[in-house]
Amino acid sequence: MGSFQSLPDNHQYRTLSQNTGFSLEQIGILHNRFKQLSQNEETLRRDDFKTIQDLESNPIRSQIIEAFFDKRNFQKDDVGSAQEIDFEEFLTVMSYFRAPTHHITEEQREEMRRAKLRFLFNMHDTDNDGTITLEEYRHVVEELLSRSGALGMETAKGIADAAMLEVASISVGPMAPDEFFEGITFEQFLKILKGVEIETTMHIRFLNMDTTVLCK
Amino acid sequence: MSNSTYLCLRAVFLVCFIHLLIQGLSADANVVQSPRNRLEPNLTGLPIVTFEWHHVQTPYLVIIWIFVAALAKLSVIELNHHVTSVIPESGMLIIVGFILGGMVWGADKAQTFKLLPTTFFFYLLPQIILDASYFMPNKLFFSNLGAILIYAIFGTCWNAATVGLSLWGCYEAGAMGNLDIGLLQFLLFGSLISAVDPVAVIAVFEEVHVNEVLFILVFGESLLNDGVTVVLYNVFDAFVALGGPRIDATEIFKGIFSFVVVAFGGSFLGVVFAILLSLLTRCTKHIQIIEAGFVFVMGYLAYLTAEMLSLSAILSITFCGVCCQKYVNSNMDEKSVTTVRHAMKVLANGSETMIFLFLGITAIDTEIWVWNTGFILLTLLFMFIYRIIGVFLFTWMLNKFRLVPIEVIDQVVMSYGGLRGAVAYGLAAMLDKEKIPEKNLMISTTLIVVYFTVIIQGITMKPLVQWLKVKRAAHSDLKLVEKVNNRAFDHILAAVEDICGRIGDNWWTRGWNRFEEKYICRILMKPKVRKNKDYLFNIFHKLNLEDAMNYVSEGERQGSLAFIRSDEAANIDFKKQYDSEFADVMPDIMGDMSNYEFGIENVSITSIVKDTIPSISRDIHGQDRKNAVDDINAHHLLQQHLYRSRKHHRHKYSRSHFGINQSEYEVQEIFQRTMRSRLESFKSAKMGVNPAKKITKHHKKDLTHQMSNGHPEGKDHLYGDEAGIENPAFMPDMESPTHSPPWLMETEMDMAVAPSQRAQRRLPWTPNRMRRLAPMRISTCSTDSFLMADVSLTLEEHEEQPQGDNEEM
Repeated sequence: MGSFQSLPDNHQYRTLSQNTGFSLEQIGILHNRFKQLSQNEETLRRDDFKTIQDLESNPIRSQIIEAFFDKRNFQKDDVGSAQEIDFEEFLTVMSYFRAPTHHITEEQREEMRRAKLRFLFNMHDTDNDGTITLEEYRHVVEELLSRSGALGMETAKGIADAAMLEVASISVGPMAPDEFFEGITFEQFLKILKGVEIETTMHIRFLNMDTTVLCK
Repeated sequence: MSNSTYLCLRAVFLVCFIHLLIQGLSADANVVQSPRNRLEPNLTGLPIVTFEWHHVQTPYLVIIWIFVAALAKLSVIELNHHVTSVIPESGMLIIVGFILGGMVWGADKAQTFKLLPTTFFFYLLPQIILDASYFMPNKLFFSNLGAILIYAIFGTCWNAATVGLSLWGCYEAGAMGNLDIGLLQFLLFGSLISAVDPVAVIAVFEEVHVNEVLFILVFGESLLNDGVTVVLYNVFDAFVALGGPRIDATEIFKGIFSFVVVAFGGSFLGVVFAILLSLLTRCTKHIQIIEAGFVFVMGYLAYLTAEMLSLSAILSITFCGVCCQKYVNSNMDEKSVTTVRHAMKVLANGSETMIFLFLGITAIDTEIWVWNTGFILLTLLFMFIYRIIGVFLFTWMLNKFRLVPIEVIDQVVMSYGGLRGAVAYGLAAMLDKEKIPEKNLMISTTLIVVYFTVIIQGITMKPLVQWLKVKRAAHSDLKLVEKVNNRAFDHILAAVEDICGRIGDNWWTRGWNRFEEKYICRILMKPKVRKNKDYLFNIFHKLNLEDAMNYVSEGERQGSLAFIRSDEAANIDFKKQYDSEFADVMPDIMGDMSNYEFGIENVSITSIVKDTIPSISRDIHGQDRKNAVDDINAHHLLQQHLYRSRKHHRHKYSRSHFGINQSEYEVQEIFQRTMRSRLESFKSAKMGVNPAKKITKHHKKDLTHQMSNGHPEGKDHLYGDEAGIENPAFMPDMESPTHSPPWLMETEMDMAVAPSQRAQRRLPWTPNRMRRLAPMRISTCSTDSFLMADVSLTLEEHEEQPQGDNEEM
């Protein structure tokens, strides 16, 4: 329906490719998928995501879907939550999951790392106040563990708390007894995940081949 | 910890026991005999003491050698810290081996001891491989399996072929003078020298700490290329025996086919044994004491069976270890897991030491040394060059498919890390002198290659890694946050993959995980452990334990161990037992109680004794080991109820108490009894409510409040006052006469009512940090609760009243 429907190497595709770093083929495939999900509409809504079958068993499904509608992830200095997203925004969010290319400078790598971590951070920081509070963190952990049945809410809470305290002890150091740890700021978040090579792990393989037929 | 010492001791005995089997080491040992060892044949009368050297000779020599090896290792590690930082341990051990070999040579004028292939392959190698595979980081291993296989299969073939062919070419060109050797022999030699040795790789890379992907690539290759090496070796060995002209296309095809059979058959056998082992450990609930042994026995069986069927033994034991680790570790008792871990490390370390030491000792022998400069130098050169070419070639191909390419620096380290070791030597020593006239030349070349790679490359590896700035392994164990994040991560990746609609790696991984969880775990894991198998939970549990330990050591540091003495049921979790509302109240009653004398008299001693006996007698049946502990337990019980002194004997007993909570019933017993007695005494004295209670309760409420809304409230006295009263992690202190920590106790006791603010402020701060953790972490201290419902009911009943009283005040 939309303007992207014509040949894969038209002007819009090129602009998108420049902005997001995807190849034209990849954009074409993703666009197909986008249309498949949106039932040939211009925009995607939350309900469209909910129709994806494989996603149903994902414990943090709602967070992930939210991340797609989170305006902070659109790289437009906007905040809040969108009701529907168009293809460009869809692609922008997807681009967080691109693998680093072969030749990349140290700065680019660092930038990429920051962007990816920011995405993760935003996912946790639901109220956009710059810190992941215990509440927010707990919520994620609870969702994470909710599928494994055996571990109840209590455990999830405990784990979240323990993790939070760990963060506190790492980033703030030994605290005076009357201090209180507000939450994880982005800087601390960076610091904690220093050991995780996010730039080499947070990616999926975007094929140049169309597999949309295979997935329902 | 006495516990681990015990385990270590046990493991040492185990290693001795296994090494007693090593007869090969001392096959030539008969040569060493001093004249005084001989018995007088014409002995008259009954000898009181006889000297029976022959009787014990073989095991004695073996054990002496083990002892010497251990001493060598000890001296290498302990005496020369600055040397070992330069020369890796393996290299040092080879050098020590030279010296020892020289000493033996000096004494006997002949080589008396050397590393025989049988000894090496049957008694020294299996445990190292088992150890390596049992502690293999599975996820990493399987996610890089493709690359590893490429290196292991094609890399090794490449090395074998090129080294063999190039040497042959040089020989034909006349670089080596006159040797009785043909193309097939060269290829045979190439195949035995081409395999990267797992023992050497582990030994050197362990000290270097490169990043995990690099490590797993080199290490996995060294483990898996054994299948290839064995096949190549056997095939060429057979070809040499057949002789050149009789080799036709059929034979070559058979050779290729045998590769498939040997490699996959070996791996398959390993998986079968892993399944058997997992099933076995499922049903060892009542004989936990030997379940640790099964791991070793089954591992070794997998190895021997594969050897028997002429499949790849190393592959077999590798896959046995890799596949069983998850299920075995969760099926077995925590103690057995520790035992396995320690024993495995002791065994593997021991054999590694022996191997390197004997590699050194073996060198001191005039018989094997045949020098041919051309052959030896060219071998070194080709081996080195083709390794580099091979690695770069295959990495280049792999990088076309890898999402995260292997960097050039890593490739350099990989090619440089192609260490050869004892496997090559063992294979060389197994050659048949009849068929291969130049066997000794091959052995000496292999030895030189081994020395060169292990010592020279081993020494230069560290500087090289530093100089190239290879990414190092960042940290040893993951933090909880990271684990949580990784978990979230996996889900995010899978979800995004779903959204963009492609069946990718994460899809497969997830599919496998789901399948495993659904079917495999059901079969191979105990139903009970299946539940708490979550890795998040595990690390959480570990943290909890750590906290508890810190708490104890803190207590010890403070000089009082009273709380240890009495918290038999240290992991009762009240907050979980009763709902949170009740948990709020819980400390109050404890606080109250702490100030009363408990009605210990109510419990008759006879009943204690009577109750304890069954548990003792049950344990006699089967586990001697527990008896002592249980005796102490009973004893302790008596003591706790008879004496009230807090000052004596706590240190001595506390140590053993750590491991006591083995019998649930017993703990339950004790708990119920003490609880009952306390409640009785409480009832009798409940009117005397003390002010401390109020503070306690207030405090508790604040705490929960604060936790829930995430903002500090009532900061001023949150952690400031009453250090310890509120530590719900040790709420099990229910058990103990007072519910405050020991370092507080004296103060409180002295004051009889409530500690003044001033007094409390004087209290040590140190435990505070732990206490911060405590309330948060408690909730899952124990998943298995042994609190009976009726106890909680009774408690609740009594709870209401004091609560009311308190409010009125």
